[in-house]
Formats: sequence, structure tokens, C-alpha cells
Amino acid sequence: MKPAPFRYADPRSVPEALEVLAAEEGAKVLAGGQSLLPLLSMRLAAPTTLVDLNRVPGLDTVEVGGDGVRVGALVRHAGLLAHQGAARVQPLLARATANVAHPAIRNRGTTVGSIAHADPAGEMTSVLALTGGSVTVASSSGTGTVGWRDLFVGPLETSLPGAAVVTSAFFPALPPRSGTTFAEVARRKGDYAVCGAGVVVTLDEDRRVAAVRASYVSVGLTPEVHDLTDAVAGSPVEKADWAAAGALARTLVEPDGDLHASADYRRLLVGVLTERTLADAAVEAAGGSE
Amino acid sequence: MTVSVDTERTVRLTVNGVPREATVPARRLLSDALRHDLGLTGTHVGCEHGVCGACTVLVDGEPVRSCLVLAVQVDGASVTTVEGLAREDHQGGQVLHPVQEAFRECHALQCGFCTPGFLVTIAAGLEARDAAEEITEAEVDDLVGGNLCRCTGYANIKKAVRHAAATMRDGAA
Repeated sequence: MKPAPFRYADPRSVPEALEVLAAEEGAKVLAGGQSLLPLLSMRLAAPTTLVDLNRVPGLDTVEVGGDGVRVGALVRHAGLLAHQGAARVQPLLARATANVAHPAIRNRGTTVGSIAHADPAGEMTSVLALTGGSVTVASSSGTGTVGWRDLFVGPLETSLPGAAVVTSAFFPALPPRSGTTFAEVARRKGDYAVCGAGVVVTLDEDRRVAAVRASYVSVGLTPEVHDLTDAVAGSPVEKADWAAAGALARTLVEPDGDLHASADYRRLLVGVLTERTLADAAVEAAGGSE
Repeated sequence: MTVSVDTERTVRLTVNGVPREATVPARRLLSDALRHDLGLTGTHVGCEHGVCGACTVLVDGEPVRSCLVLAVQVDGASVTTVEGLAREDHQGGQVLHPVQEAFRECHALQCGFCTPGFLVTIAAGLEARDAAEEITEAEVDDLVGGNLCRCTGYANIKKAVRHAAATMRDGAA
């Protein structure tokens, strides 16, 4: 099908974009469009106006600092995937974006756009949560920061007002003595995950497990971070019982069933992916020398 | 308001090296602009929501789904469709792209509906890599994984990718 008619603006600055968003009731921001355009073509959404950010200069930069990585609103998944500086500070970024759809989608789709889209099947919402990240939001009342916990309200729903533009997302750096992994089970290569898992393992100075956190994709209505530390706390990294952490994870999640997978199957996958990813992340946390 | 909010725009773009222009409604997908407004029906439209990959074209050299881009968004851009893959042979004819040649050689198409998307995606992917390096199975899977083919079972398409990569390696050597 074709999108319902709409009006189109391509402002050259964020204030101009906000001006159009405020003036046009039912207007929607367009960045990469790889989630929005399917919604329009399937007539699941019918905004009156699209406000295209693609001609706003300055939004396509990745800023890497010691404390984390700031990703501009027009940075494509492919750009973040290939960004070596970002991968050094927060390896989860490249590992997760590699799981986002196919190369042709990653060339166009933006990381920040997929966060603002707030799809529970999206990878980057979970990564924002797992890293304890936030977004910078410009609106008529000025520019502010919104932490991930306050951002996601429900599937495809954020707490942001209509006349707002997410200008960047900030992903804090991977802590010292930590390792991270991201893995998915999908029906076809590059397809939406039936279940995905991102994990972070942090060791203490004696190489004992100090903290274990996990966040899942296509599990639950909004991204959540689950603390799995209790299952393995204090274990020497070589002897940690990752299966116990997987079993704990299965009791914490509340997946829904759908056409592709029952809730029970998703719960099973949570356990399997958790055990598998934690073992890999632990090797990295221990300095790759297990 | 200083920003123009339009229901219709005139879009100027370079398609396969030729400057083109079309006046289109804001909602016109690039795939439809290419086919309906510019008469380039080589780009096929399958699912129209980004899943099948049949409509893949190059925008400024990079593969994108033309059904997931609005025509008004590519104003000023350079677009390559399947019609633009072959090269002039300077004797009034055309020489197929190595990927097109490989598809013919390896029988990598049956009904042909998905073929334009595969050709464009694979051609761009092979041109972006170091031709001197032997192509890996993982690279081949990556190149074909974003496009759906319901006829071939992919075996011959993957064979064609390896064949084209070998041709391009010999050409580069």
C-alpha cells in the first residue's frame, strides 16, 4: 500500500524543525524512516506532516569521550557499526548494531531514530537501557536530558511531547574489568529477533564476579535491565555458574507470546542466550584469557 | 513560518548518470517515482515495507530500499538502478556488470522478480570490498541475506556472488 497523503518539510535547523512540529498538529519527525515508512505504507500511522531532519547540519556526528559515546540523530546504524572509537569505549554499540536488520536498512536507519521509535523488538532501546544511557531532547521549552527509565512508556510510545526532537543519545562507557556481548535468535538472518540478549559482566580486582546485568529484545513491552548478580556473586570468573544466571533471568522476565514464538519459548531463549552471552562476556571481562 | 511545508515538490536527481526531474506528491516513494514518474521499471516493488529487498537501489553509492525512502528526500542525490549497472562498450552496445554476467553464467535467477534488488545490492557490496581478497562464505551470506528469493533456494545466487568476486579479482589483478 501507499502512505496516506501528508505534507513535507525539510528544515535546516533544529529550531526550524520545532517550529514546524509546533505549528502542524499531527506532525511527526522523520530521520532514517526505516521503521516509520513501513508504518505509513501499512497505514498504521497517518501523520499530517513529516518533518525531515536529514538536511539539518551537525546531527550526524559520533562524539567519543572517556565517559561514553554521544550519537547524533542522523548517525546511521552502519556509521556506528563501523566507528572504531565508539567500539573501544562501548563495545556493545557495534555488537548490537550488527544485529540491526540488513546492510541496506542500516545504511539509512538511524540509531537515535530507532530509540525514539521505542519498538520493544529494537536492539538499540535495550542497549540504551543496559548501558544506563540517556537522550538529549530539544523542545520549545529548551534542551534537556531524559534518562532511559523516563523515556520508554510502552511499545512505540515515549514520554516525549509531540513537538520535540531527540538530537542525540548518550551511551556511557563500559566500566573497567567488564565484558559485554550481544546475541539474538531470529527466524531469518537480519530479521526481527524472536529474542535478543545484551549482557554486561563486571569483575572485582580479584577476578571474582561483582555485577551481572542483562537486557532483552522482543521481551516485555519496554526495555528493562535485570540484575543477575545474585546467581553468581563472588564466584571466581572461571568457575561462575552462568547457567544459574540464565535460570534466574528466566524467572525475572515476562515475555508475551505471538505468532512467531510462545511466551514459554521466549522464556527458554532468555535462559539460553543469557548463559551463552555471559560466558563470552566473562572471557572479555577477564581480559580475554580464560 | 520560514520553513516551507509542501504537499508537492519538484525533485531533481541524477539517475544512472542522467539528470532527471519530476514533480511528485510528498508521499511518493522513491520506488514509485523511479517506476511511474521516470519510467524506469527495472526496479521491482515486492513487499513495499522493506522486507523483500527487490526495490534496492543505490543512493549516493549505498544500497537502500527505495520503498523506504521518499522521493522528496533524494532531491539532489545520485541514484543508480539496475538499468545503470551495465557499462557502455563504446561500440554502441553495453557490457554487463560482472555480477549480471555471473547471474547469467550461474543460472542465479528463475522468475527474475527479485533479481534487480540482488544485482544492485551485490554489485555495490563487491565494489566496496578489496577485490584482491578471497571472498568468505560469511561475506556471501551477508550480501544475499537482505533479499528474498522464493525460486532459487539461493544456492545459485551464492555461486554467482563467488563467480563475480572471482571475475572482479582477476580484473583487479
